[in-house]
Amino acid sequence: MSAPEKPQSSLAKLVPLIGKRVLSSLLTLFLVSLVIFTVSGLLPGDAAQELLGQSATPEQVASLRHEMGLDRPAHVRYVDWLGGIVRGNAGMSYVANMPVGQIISNRLPNSLTLAGITAVISTVIALTIGISSAINRGGKLDSMLNITTLSLVAMPEFLIATLGVLVFSVKLLWLPSIALVTPDASWGQMLRSMALPVFSLTCVVVAQMARMTRAAVADQLDRPYVEMAKLKGVPFSRIVLFHVMPNAVGPVVNAMALSLSYLMGGAIIVETIFNFPGLASLMVNAVTSRDMPLLQSCAMIFCATYLALMLVADIVAILANPRLRA
Amino acid sequence: MTGKLTSFLRNLPASGRIGLTLVVFWLAIALAGPSLAPYSVGAFVDQDVFSGASSRFWLGSDYLGRDVLSRVLWGSRYTVFLALGAAILAVCIGTSFALLAAIRGGWTDEVISRAMDTFISIPSKIFALVLVAAFGSSLPLLLLIATLTYVPGNFRIARALAMNLVALDFVQVARARGEGPVHIALREVLPNMIHPLLADTGLRFVFVVLLLSGLSFLGLGVQPPHADLGSLVRENISGITEGALAIIVPALAIATLTVGANLLIDALKPGGKA
Repeated sequence: MSAPEKPQSSLAKLVPLIGKRVLSSLLTLFLVSLVIFTVSGLLPGDAAQELLGQSATPEQVASLRHEMGLDRPAHVRYVDWLGGIVRGNAGMSYVANMPVGQIISNRLPNSLTLAGITAVISTVIALTIGISSAINRGGKLDSMLNITTLSLVAMPEFLIATLGVLVFSVKLLWLPSIALVTPDASWGQMLRSMALPVFSLTCVVVAQMARMTRAAVADQLDRPYVEMAKLKGVPFSRIVLFHVMPNAVGPVVNAMALSLSYLMGGAIIVETIFNFPGLASLMVNAVTSRDMPLLQSCAMIFCATYLALMLVADIVAILANPRLRA
Repeated sequence: MTGKLTSFLRNLPASGRIGLTLVVFWLAIALAGPSLAPYSVGAFVDQDVFSGASSRFWLGSDYLGRDVLSRVLWGSRYTVFLALGAAILAVCIGTSFALLAAIRGGWTDEVISRAMDTFISIPSKIFALVLVAAFGSSLPLLLLIATLTYVPGNFRIARALAMNLVALDFVQVARARGEGPVHIALREVLPNMIHPLLADTGLRFVFVVLLLSGLSFLGLGVQPPHADLGSLVRENISGITEGALAIIVPALAIATLTVGANLLIDALKPGGKA
């Protein structure tokens, strides 16, 4: 981009690059909102008719359509809907008859706590598994861990959760099988009730994360500088910790951000099984009751989170690899 | 032919052989299962509910006293064939778009790629939930939903493969010979990307099995009177306190199917282990 004779500070190059990436994410989010609105708002037919049921008179339907604004053209409804979501006023839930924003703000902190605890635990476990199988490449430990993580990736979330319930709350009677999160519960109680959901989600995420970590570290171990260090007689533990890890941090963080997106798919099943009052189980309820405004807002939150994770992964990759800045 | 097959089997690592066995086993069950079933799928044959394994009911009975073995044999048919259908459809559609984008290039590529990028930014389970809410979940719709959900992922892989091939000399030669785009797509490009595409079909198959059984488990997938393996887990969930076979068997069935497919694909990966 810039002429080679004019040396620029790397920061000056980075800012427009990252800015471009952020803009492209926002554009994608906008297109995603268009898809979600079209699929859930325009295609399924008449929400007013459905709310009132078969016995409603045409006049009743027409007046409800007018009240809900369904008689306006599609693009006006879309702009209205998007504007509402951006301003945090996403309309009324059909079923609960409460503002969607209020329902979501009750649930969101629970989901964030669950995701946060899971993310911390699974990062630690995944790093340990990933690094130890990368440095034992081709060995017994590596192939054992490979088969374990490969199987875990393909395991349905509900199997892990059900087995968890079977072992820990039915056989051993250690943990409750339903996650009741009440505001006045003590920390100990809350941790106990969250233990099984966190365990199930961790299994889902760790496998993916460990595989990507292993790939990132193994890639670094193949580099000539590692061989150089070996030939100079540097102890292997020192090579891994001080030579390889600083170089692998970028790819590893990138892998972490990418695999955290698996949390969302897992959360949908896990929150429902344990009756966890979070956003994902809210979304499943919205699907069952066909509560479109609530469903659309939940879907937008998940998509925005997903895009944010991808964005973080990309930015980390740019920061970590000077060649991507060109 | 048999020689080729045995040498293929000999070269497969142990994990791959386990995977192959599991996949072949479940395909056979899905094909022949219903004729092997000892009881009719909806018949209430046991006085007891959630009974254990016995000589009359090899895998016990479910929450209504139906034979678990028969229901699993039938359920695997729904799971395997829906997933196989959706995976093949998704790969056919995704690859067609990818070939179109790679060969036409220019703004065609731009538009298709942008659209697919948008769809790929919606997490697959979320997208499937929105589609189910909008259109419901009859069997043909589920097939369509699973297909739509996994088209963009296949498109991205197929487009990358096709882009590399289109730049090669033999495609340039074909263009210079005056071959039409259909000939170039089907005769020059497609045959060279068939192996990675098959591996991708396998991966999509695993994803679809997990997605559909997840949906069924939530009660949003296959609806009664039909039941796939995910629905079987769901309807027997109350048996978990007794550790009933009725819930463990279908859950294990899904897991062995997907794990088997994954092990097989991993073992077939070109170049073996990295």
